[in-house]
Amino acid sequence: MATADLDVRRGAPAPKDRLVNDFSLQVATVNGSGSQSSNLVLLRTIFQMGIPVSGKNLFPSNIAGLPTWYTIRANKNHYVGRKKEVDFLVALNAETARDDVAALEPGAAVLYDEPLRLDALRSDLVFYAVPFDRLVAAVCPEAKLRKLVRNMIYDGVLAHLLHLDLAQLENALRRHFRKKPKAADLNWAAVQAGYEYASQHLPKRDRCWLEPMQENAGKIIIEGNAAAALGCLFAGVTVVGWYPITPSSSLCEYLISYLRAYRLDPATGQATYAVVQAEDELASAGIVLGAGWMGARSMTSTSGPGISLMSEFIGLGYYAEIPGVFFDVQRVGPSTGMPTRTAQGDVAFAATLGHGDARHIVLLPGTAGECYTLALAAFDLAEEFQTPVFVLSDLDLAMNHWIADPLPYPNGPLRRGKVLDAAGLERIGEFARYRDVDGDGIPYRTLPGTDHPAAPYFTRGSGHNDRALYSEKPQEYVANMDRLGRKFDTARARVPAPVLERDGAGEVGVIAFGSSHFATLESLDQLARQSGLHAAYLRLRAFPFNQQLRDFVARHRRVYVVEQNRDAQMLDLIRLELAANPGGPADLVSRLRSVRHYDGLPVDARSLSDEILRQEAQP
Amino acid sequence: MPDRLNHIGLAPADYRGSKTTLCAGCGHNAISERIIDACFELGLQPHRVVKLSGIGCSSKSPAYFLSRSFGFNSVHGRMPSVATGALLANRTLRAIGVSGDGDTASIGIGQFIHLMRRNLPLVYIVEDNGVYGLTKGQFSATADEGQKLKSGVVNQLPALDLCAMAIESGATFVARSFSGDKRQLTQVLKAALSHQGVAMLDIISPCVTFNDQPESTKSYQYVKQHESPVHDVDFIPYFNDITVDYEPGAVTDVRLHDGSHLRLRKLDRDYDPTDRRSALGLLSNAHGGEEVLTGVFYLAPEKPDFLAGLNLVPEPLATLPDDRVRPPQSVLERINASLA
Ligand SMILES: Cc1ncc(C[n+]2csc(CCOP(=O)(O)OP(=O)(O)O)c2C)c(N)n1
Ligand code: SF4
Ligand SMILES: [Mg+2]
Repeated sequence: MATADLDVRRGAPAPKDRLVNDFSLQVATVNGSGSQSSNLVLLRTIFQMGIPVSGKNLFPSNIAGLPTWYTIRANKNHYVGRKKEVDFLVALNAETARDDVAALEPGAAVLYDEPLRLDALRSDLVFYAVPFDRLVAAVCPEAKLRKLVRNMIYDGVLAHLLHLDLAQLENALRRHFRKKPKAADLNWAAVQAGYEYASQHLPKRDRCWLEPMQENAGKIIIEGNAAAALGCLFAGVTVVGWYPITPSSSLCEYLISYLRAYRLDPATGQATYAVVQAEDELASAGIVLGAGWMGARSMTSTSGPGISLMSEFIGLGYYAEIPGVFFDVQRVGPSTGMPTRTAQGDVAFAATLGHGDARHIVLLPGTAGECYTLALAAFDLAEEFQTPVFVLSDLDLAMNHWIADPLPYPNGPLRRGKVLDAAGLERIGEFARYRDVDGDGIPYRTLPGTDHPAAPYFTRGSGHNDRALYSEKPQEYVANMDRLGRKFDTARARVPAPVLERDGAGEVGVIAFGSSHFATLESLDQLARQSGLHAAYLRLRAFPFNQQLRDFVARHRRVYVVEQNRDAQMLDLIRLELAANPGGPADLVSRLRSVRHYDGLPVDARSLSDEILRQEAQP
Repeated sequence: MPDRLNHIGLAPADYRGSKTTLCAGCGHNAISERIIDACFELGLQPHRVVKLSGIGCSSKSPAYFLSRSFGFNSVHGRMPSVATGALLANRTLRAIGVSGDGDTASIGIGQFIHLMRRNLPLVYIVEDNGVYGLTKGQFSATADEGQKLKSGVVNQLPALDLCAMAIESGATFVARSFSGDKRQLTQVLKAALSHQGVAMLDIISPCVTFNDQPESTKSYQYVKQHESPVHDVDFIPYFNDITVDYEPGAVTDVRLHDGSHLRLRKLDRDYDPTDRRSALGLLSNAHGGEEVLTGVFYLAPEKPDFLAGLNLVPEPLATLPDDRVRPPQSVLERINASLA
């Protein structure tokens, strides 16, 4: 490797060895040490310099005291998925510093707190020692405040080393502390102290470089959960029941702050929404269904454990045909252990949740922007199809910062589905709650409170006929189940269509969804550049699938399904789909291959490329 | 002869439901009849009422009254949350929840406590027979300690007192009655329907099929012999003129939210139904006693209900027009700018 020859301790690397706008920087600190502000200011500065960038927080399930890593990836080609290798490490956690340093590739840089004496560990890295305590003491006379601003020192040091634009840095910092001007001044002083120290004592010797670009003009930077919350706000949500759980809590917390700001009646100050922090997820789901039954746009957000508790209600919602939006921000497995790690492990669970037969509409946002647009779509679909709708996000998408286009204002009215008011009942003549009048499987409904003798009906689970009367007759049950099946088929053409992100040479296709998107894009480039493999890429955005998926599989000899779980859950759903709808080449199912990633970390391009190449090499 | 009509011009038949499928003689049927009477006498508009229930024989019963009202037979033990969502979406409707002792005191005890704590404006009826009727006679958590099933199984655990739990948890109207006490039950139901807040009614409702042995405190014979009303309950609706004709001391007269009055004529016990401690004391002293206390044990008509605390617009949230629930484009532009 070229970098191994580099004498990293001598001068600055030659321009050809520089990693300009193409590196990953990791800050290793201790949970609760207040590094989040420094990291966000750093991220925002790079964003404001016009460079594509993403920030990922890898944090423990703990409030204070355990190690946490924040990774910023700047990449001129918009590769903002995770990159495995760290090019620049800011090592401030004594506990993990040795391991963090040992994991680096030769040629990487380490900025560390002087007393840690990390420079003795390796000779193939660039080390920068910074006396944090001394520097912070000089700018912050009040000892008890030092802990809060100490981390800002590294932003200043990095400003010098990476060539951050100082004006943008100050702007980002003052934005961050806009409500606390005093804190802003103090933090800015810490940045300056770091910068001056670095200018005088730390000649540039590493390869990481930032140069302004123009890639972010007009863009925003946002967490997936904030974007989803804005989707709910502009979808006109009126009833929210929720119970806190990482990584979904911030969705409802953002939503509450937006509702407070923008959904009070201007004349009276009264709320056009209600939010209840329920006693558990059983109750959140009950609140969603009760409100949906009454005609409100209702939602909850949770993660896997909460979905487990909601399963009976969601199954009932499917049979009783009640709208409701359920955000599942996925995380790893049950109970404690890896609750702050990311996964796409609820795919199969969500698609079929409930006892008895059930098939749910599941939306799969792949970008922060789609967390917003698919949230909007979810409310329309839930009411149009009178059914629970899932939005499957994940920790990586939801809690990390992503660059996105400005969120578009929704056009057209809210689509509230087939609801009959008293006048509508007059028009229609006979009303039967569960009758398929239009041949699309979607019945009409009335809302409680409607003043018309034909309006009321009695809602119950499985045992009802098309007039919502109690029935245990086999034919009536079958007729209803078959209609529900038709309704689901109608949804195929109405859910967000998959996106053909890349057209390929015809041989190999890749299917991915959700937060695997950016790593998949990068992997396709790696495969093309390094192995001449030009694969097509179809990004799924919803279940049920439609004809585009089938056509895509039919056009390729080998189709790799990328997903972040062990059991190839999405591949399984695709397999069922292809097998259940015969037609087209008989061997469609046998073309599917699985690429899985399930270590709790966001998926990275290198791992995908390696696995695809490994399978390509096999007969 | 034409049916008598109430003050909104409806007949009792307008409040009936479909034909019951419960056992003949089941206490739950009598309760449905009393709900019909109470709604008729109060002159409620059926379309302004919603009925919700969990799962059980008791929870089936909303199909057997008020067929001109919407109903929702939800899941076992979790009707309170459904009612919460429904009322958040449209708080202009009156809601009646029907549950059983299994539905409430076992699987649903968590939601029950939180419902009481929230003081949601819901008439919450527990049709209490001490057993799981629908699953054929297993003990519930209100079964008597030491009680023996026909199969020989003995209940070794103490019974939960739902009235005491409701008062402890924050309920603002707590009563116990008996499905066979036509007059008292109708009066209590009418008062509960006029109360603005959660009204928890523990109504003893014998299961003739699985728990009507004379030694069971939930049997007809036992309750008839041991019922001990703590007062005579009189409900005076807001549309009747109120004449103040009682001697202070003997009568407690409580004005309910809608202007109606609940008049409790003291029998032999001395206690104040507007005082929590006094109500709890009454219930705990009755423990272990032979008598089955009935009446309105606790009342706090002034305490604001859950919905009142949310500062909601007066119209139903469910049907607000688009422009009241979707902020204008300028708001999104401002938000985008703040993120750029
Ligand atoms: C989750 C769940 N568990 C168990 C059941 C079975 N189940 C139906 S009714 C019932 C008990 C009902 O008892 P209660 O509420 O006292 O009603 P009753 O029939 O006595 O009126 C049970 C356990 C169920 N329907 N759902
Ligand atoms: S089993 Fe008991 S509770 Fe159920 S309907 Fe019959 S008598 Fe009533
Ligand atoms: Mg029972």
